[in-house]
Amino acid sequence: MSKWYLGVGEQSDIVVSTRVRLARNIADYPFPAKLNTKSRTELNNLIKEAVEKDNPFNLRFIEMKTLARFEAASMAERHIISPEFASDADGRALMLSPEEDISIMLNEEDHIRVQVMKSGFALDEAYEIADRIDDSLNEKFDFAFDSRIGYLTQCPTNLGTGMRASVMLHLPALTMSGQIHRLINTVSKLGLTFRGAFGEGTSATGDMYQLSNQITLGISEEYAIKNLKAITLQLCAQERAAREELLQDADTEDRIFRAYGILKWARLLSTKELMENLSLVRFGSVAGKINVPIETVNELMISMQPATINVMAGKRLEERERDMIRAKTVREKLG
Amino acid sequence: MLCQNCGKYEATTHVKRIINGETAEAHLCTDCANALGYTDVFGGFTNTFSDLLGSFFGEPTVGALSSRTVRCEKCGSTFNDIVNSGKIGCADCYRTFYDKLLPSLQRIHGKTRHEGKTPKAVKVETDSTESKISRLEKELKDAVERQDFEKAARIRDEIKAIKEGGKNE
Repeated sequence: MSKWYLGVGEQSDIVVSTRVRLARNIADYPFPAKLNTKSRTELNNLIKEAVEKDNPFNLRFIEMKTLARFEAASMAERHIISPEFASDADGRALMLSPEEDISIMLNEEDHIRVQVMKSGFALDEAYEIADRIDDSLNEKFDFAFDSRIGYLTQCPTNLGTGMRASVMLHLPALTMSGQIHRLINTVSKLGLTFRGAFGEGTSATGDMYQLSNQITLGISEEYAIKNLKAITLQLCAQERAAREELLQDADTEDRIFRAYGILKWARLLSTKELMENLSLVRFGSVAGKINVPIETVNELMISMQPATINVMAGKRLEERERDMIRAKTVREKLG
Repeated sequence: MLCQNCGKYEATTHVKRIINGETAEAHLCTDCANALGYTDVFGGFTNTFSDLLGSFFGEPTVGALSSRTVRCEKCGSTFNDIVNSGKIGCADCYRTFYDKLLPSLQRIHGKTRHEGKTPKAVKVETDSTESKISRLEKELKDAVERQDFEKAARIRDEIKAIKEGGKNE
């Protein structure tokens, strides 16, 4: 089955992927931090049964404790689950579609976290699916809800719609030109969160950034998505303009080809080195300088993360062994 | 010590609560503790002792006006628990501590009124068997907390009668 991240969607020169997540809690059960393992497991099974009765997305039930640590970590690398969810298996379970684009985390911070991922810019499509899953769960369970403050969540930052919509953006030119810092400040004032998608703070590995709605109370799903869309398109326009300007300079082309050279010939590649060079190759590919399909770049960015290489090998490897496998796989993929 | 509820088995669960400013203690056997809803899940028992200590120091957010600690009836959380953990205990906490939480919600979201999706109408049945039982169970728990075991026994029999009545129908 083809995984979601192997596809290419709208605005894919810049928008790598879209994610919509809904937080829900079942009325009458205390929130997860107040539940012991037994009650969590009980709740997981209730939801499992309800989902499996009518299961249009073929979601598969996985108890997190049945996975090896690196398998859970790999799921987090592939954005199927949150890193927090991967860090502790106690009383947690996952429902996952074959394409890995739909996942329901059970007993993460809330009882239910519905998540839909799509390639490219697909906010409406992703929300529509999440909304449908929410409706079908709501037929079977009463959700914790208050007409004044909306869906009730364990952390008050998710209160209201419980919806977090986000896009992952590849912004090499705005990063290189240094405009990104100004933009991060501006966008933060517009009710959005804008930060590096990998790594901490503003240092974005591979020039990947995540843009999402910051507030969930007092703003409808429709409006939050509309706002996110508008800002995304503006950032895309600025990134395209910055790319065009950078490409006037021979240095830029030189950097792109050097990066391509490293990836084609290196015998040892760390994750960081891979991400930095792939960013330039992606830039070159979109600009028509290098003949590497964008799908290949997207796939390598995700599948060459450390835990995912461990999963491919079926065991936990040493860092050096991974660097070797990473270099070899990248060479083969880039032909 | 024997269980104060059934008087038959050794008390293994010891509950200390503050009701109307007075400390009330209950000593229950495992079965009665479970039957009365005093489990880790719903009672929030594990923290009872440290909460009791905490209450001597008063609740800083309420100050001198407060003579007792308000506790969520459902999960046992106090407002301090919420402040300390950054996590709300259960849906009822939002109702119990609504006024105290409101300034934080305003700070986080800039707004305090929900807009957007509403779940499908929750079926409201007036005093259905389930809601009657859950109401009585709450009364039972309160009675035990007040150590009014005579009343508790009456309520327990009433619940039993309703449950058995349902089976015969």
